[in-house]
Amino acid sequence: MTEVSYLEHGHSLKSWLLTTDHKRIAILYFLSITFFFFVGGAAAALIRIDLLTPEADLMSNEGYNRAFTLHGVIMVWFFLIPSIPNTFGNFLVPLMIGARDLAFPRLNLLSWYIYMLGGLFTLAVLVLGGVDTGWTFYTPLSSMFANGNVILAATAIFVVGFSSILTGLNFIVTVHRLRCPGMTWGRLPLFVWSIYATSLILVLATPVLSITLVLIAAERLFGVGVFNPALGGDPLLYQHLFWFYSHPAVYIMVLPALGVISELVTAAARKPVFGYRFVAGSSIAIAIIGFLVWGHHMFVAGQSMYASAVFSFLSLAVAVPSGIKVYNWTATLYKGHIALDPPFLFAMSFIGLFVVGGMTGLILAMLAVDVHVHDTYFVIAHFHYIMVGGTVSAYFGALHYWWPKMMGRWLPLVWGRLSAIFIFLGFNLTFFPQFILGYLGMPRRYHVYPAEFQTLHVLSSAGASVLGLAYLLPFTYLLYSLRHGEKAPPNPWGATGLEWTVPSPPPQHNFHELPTVDGPPYQYPVEPDAERETAHG
Amino acid sequence: MADAAPSRQRDTTLMGMYLFLASEIMLFGGLFAVALALRLLHPQEVAAASRRLHYGIGAANTVVLLTSSLAVALAVAAAEMGKVKGTVVSLLAAAGLGLGFLALKAVEYGMEIREQLLPAFTPAEAFESPPAHLFMDLYLVATALHAVHVTVGVVLLAGLAWRVHRRSLALPRGAAGVEVVGLYWHLVDVIWVFLYPILYLVR
Amino acid sequence: MNRLLTFWGGQASHHAHQVDTLFLGLAALAVLLSAPVFILIPWFAVKYRRGKPADRTHAADRSVWLEVSWAAIPFLATLAFYVWSTRLYIDLYQPPAEALAINAVGKQWMWKFQHPGGQAEINELHVPAGRPVEVTLASQDVIHSLFVPALRLKQDVVPGRYTRLWFTADTPGSYALVCAQFCGADHAVMGGRLVVQTPADYARWLEGMGTDGSLAAQGAVLFRTRGCSGCHGSAGTVHAPPLEGLYGRPVPLADGSVVTADDQYLRDSILLPQAQVAAGYPAIMPTFQNVLGEEDVLKLVAYIKSLANAPPPPRDRDDGGPP
Repeated sequence: MTEVSYLEHGHSLKSWLLTTDHKRIAILYFLSITFFFFVGGAAAALIRIDLLTPEADLMSNEGYNRAFTLHGVIMVWFFLIPSIPNTFGNFLVPLMIGARDLAFPRLNLLSWYIYMLGGLFTLAVLVLGGVDTGWTFYTPLSSMFANGNVILAATAIFVVGFSSILTGLNFIVTVHRLRCPGMTWGRLPLFVWSIYATSLILVLATPVLSITLVLIAAERLFGVGVFNPALGGDPLLYQHLFWFYSHPAVYIMVLPALGVISELVTAAARKPVFGYRFVAGSSIAIAIIGFLVWGHHMFVAGQSMYASAVFSFLSLAVAVPSGIKVYNWTATLYKGHIALDPPFLFAMSFIGLFVVGGMTGLILAMLAVDVHVHDTYFVIAHFHYIMVGGTVSAYFGALHYWWPKMMGRWLPLVWGRLSAIFIFLGFNLTFFPQFILGYLGMPRRYHVYPAEFQTLHVLSSAGASVLGLAYLLPFTYLLYSLRHGEKAPPNPWGATGLEWTVPSPPPQHNFHELPTVDGPPYQYPVEPDAERETAHG
Repeated sequence: MADAAPSRQRDTTLMGMYLFLASEIMLFGGLFAVALALRLLHPQEVAAASRRLHYGIGAANTVVLLTSSLAVALAVAAAEMGKVKGTVVSLLAAAGLGLGFLALKAVEYGMEIREQLLPAFTPAEAFESPPAHLFMDLYLVATALHAVHVTVGVVLLAGLAWRVHRRSLALPRGAAGVEVVGLYWHLVDVIWVFLYPILYLVR
Repeated sequence: MNRLLTFWGGQASHHAHQVDTLFLGLAALAVLLSAPVFILIPWFAVKYRRGKPADRTHAADRSVWLEVSWAAIPFLATLAFYVWSTRLYIDLYQPPAEALAINAVGKQWMWKFQHPGGQAEINELHVPAGRPVEVTLASQDVIHSLFVPALRLKQDVVPGRYTRLWFTADTPGSYALVCAQFCGADHAVMGGRLVVQTPADYARWLEGMGTDGSLAAQGAVLFRTRGCSGCHGSAGTVHAPPLEGLYGRPVPLADGSVVTADDQYLRDSILLPQAQVAAGYPAIMPTFQNVLGEEDVLKLVAYIKSLANAPPPPRDRDDGGPP
């Protein structure tokens, strides 16, 4: 193979910072997102250390409030939302659909710069003393009472929103316009379907958040008071607008993960996915119904009980497509050829944790129960099972699965398996006790708490330290593999999909000649280039 | 298939623009939702506050923007036929009308500041009622955000005219560029067509 | 930290029992629905491990019937729970008419409660066991949320509007009462306890509390001292609507619509007087937003409520107001 890989094509800093190659931009995102993951993680560590004892011994009340606000803002907008779409989506969508790049390569680079600008604003918030409203910025606390850097934080999120919008736009146009000959909609890899569904939400929901943040900033700056009850404004209006974005945003975070798992499960089972149409269609169904359930965050907020009853019903409906995916993955494994490689272990832990998160979501959608557990640790545990247990596991699964493709190096499989297991154990130890805490009545966002909750909090903090170390582990051996790893063949796992037909790492323009697709996806079995330790591992 | 590539490129660019416009509609959609909520919460005061706006200037501005949209449509047609002069003149006319819109808006803001109607320039006590204050807040945010969009549009139109004039954008090959900016300008126009009745005519 | 926070847990009401039963039912449903996944995936992973001989013939790629059934059956099962839980929830919006009316005001970072007899307490709420209690919630600043885990109940307290929470506590005892909605620096210590007493103990407690007269009487004092009576009183010199017999009646507004004079309307009329002007009266009432706190407004509302059945007083002059 004489073609130069995308990694070799220019080594200067400029060749990276001015690249329009979707694969290099994916790497830029990977590095910046990893950075923010550890900043947000550091905030989480402070929180868990502080909660070891019922008293406020590490941080003051203000310090604690700033820590969890920062944790939320960074993890939601600077890690989870861009995580899978902007790294793996960027890297893989063109490869998977047989294209040389995204539809708008320069816009893609611009999106990364906008993301970094938003990130700088967030770091400025951190340096200037933080913000203390919670990531939800509820009014009138955020608009009239909080004394942190609300405007700066709102600006950061406003800015990074444009990065989301432009990235989503880019993906949608790419999937519509740049599929290679024969790559019909019914042949798209499921990961591409999920990125497509995610992008629809990115483009349509993010601007609503933008305008809401503009109104908050205007309220602080000029006294524009549409959310201010003293002027006859309505604080609940803020919550409606905020959750109209932020509930779909949950699906922005989890849909790409669902797409990753569909790829991982089929590759691990060496079997076509069970019910391609249902799995692909469920992504779109989630994206659409996801726009109609925002009111389930407001069952005790004072909205009308009729609205609550409708939102509760719709929230049960949105669980159906997620359920289809999980059952279909299970059926995919039936009579497969399953290898317990790291990507599959991450996929298994994803499925387990996602099911727990989903089932507790169902419980939370029930009005009478939600009245009790709303704003308690039950909710915290629920959404961490979805977003950390789910999305972050899928992110690591994707990292292990596509690492040989992205970097052209094998990773140590034993270490990969170990970290999957440690992350799973650490995660459950951290967050399962929080379900119990929540049902017992421990409210969220408390830096001090009654002594009888200490045991559960200590368990949770112990789990968090396991989890923290387990998250560091992959970064060490992945870095190690960059230099010392065995060179990876084009298709190390024996997987289907166009990305495995090109060399690892792929050449700068992906395909020497644009491929042609002449059959449905997931036509297993495929002969792997090298059956490595999987056979006896 | 020689000319398939540019037309493919054109469709791709247009699709990108359409999606961007969809997100813009959602952006203003949030404001429209706020306007609806205000109207439902305080029907009377909102109507009273709306009556104090200069609907004549708003109507004139509607005409100005609609005319500029026509000019942009003419520019797109001219660009597709490769007529450089026609394109440049139409684009400049549209940009000029856009500036006219901004000028009228500035005059209107000036009058409202003198009449103690415009928030950020007027003490809170000067408003007839708190909901009237809220309505004017919304008016200011919505029209200012729209004016920002108009300003961006004027810059885009003028820049396009310059590039067509200098032949750095060759016609009719580059007609897609004119079309994309034209789409944006139409959206700015359409948003105003919704803002005008919602703000000025809800009396 | 606040020692009072340590009174947690327990079931203090029938509703709490019902919620626990519902929750256990849901937990069982969740286990049932997820069991296939938790059992089958590890089983398949072992049985169909790569390289291990197993019968792998006739593996289907799709089965619409199977997929529809595992979409529909769990959904129908959850619908049964939906009906159950929604009924429980709707009950929370239907307080019995004879409920004991208590006012609560949340402010950064304390709870203030007012009993009908005028007794006031901070961060503690005493209620009689076995009797329905309806708490009217108001916020002085940001959004708070009154949460009593032992009752399995919470309700956000939203500035600018009254929200309500009603319950019947059955078991005398002391239970945690906290703020569940993040409200700023000292959110975590904005709490106290709910003290459920036998009716006799409650009556004794009420007597032991000093009071400046009932809530309505305190409202009457405010009515005079804050200048309300200057216009709305019988000797008023300004053309203002009389307040006797107002509460609970329909009020025609200047814009032609009609509203019911409930607590929210009275509150808004005091704090946002320009918002809903009664038909036939000039819109001249000033706002009392910077003069009266939510507690005072609640007292005034109690006073106006107490006039619900009073006859309209004779006016000094015939001002031609509407009947």
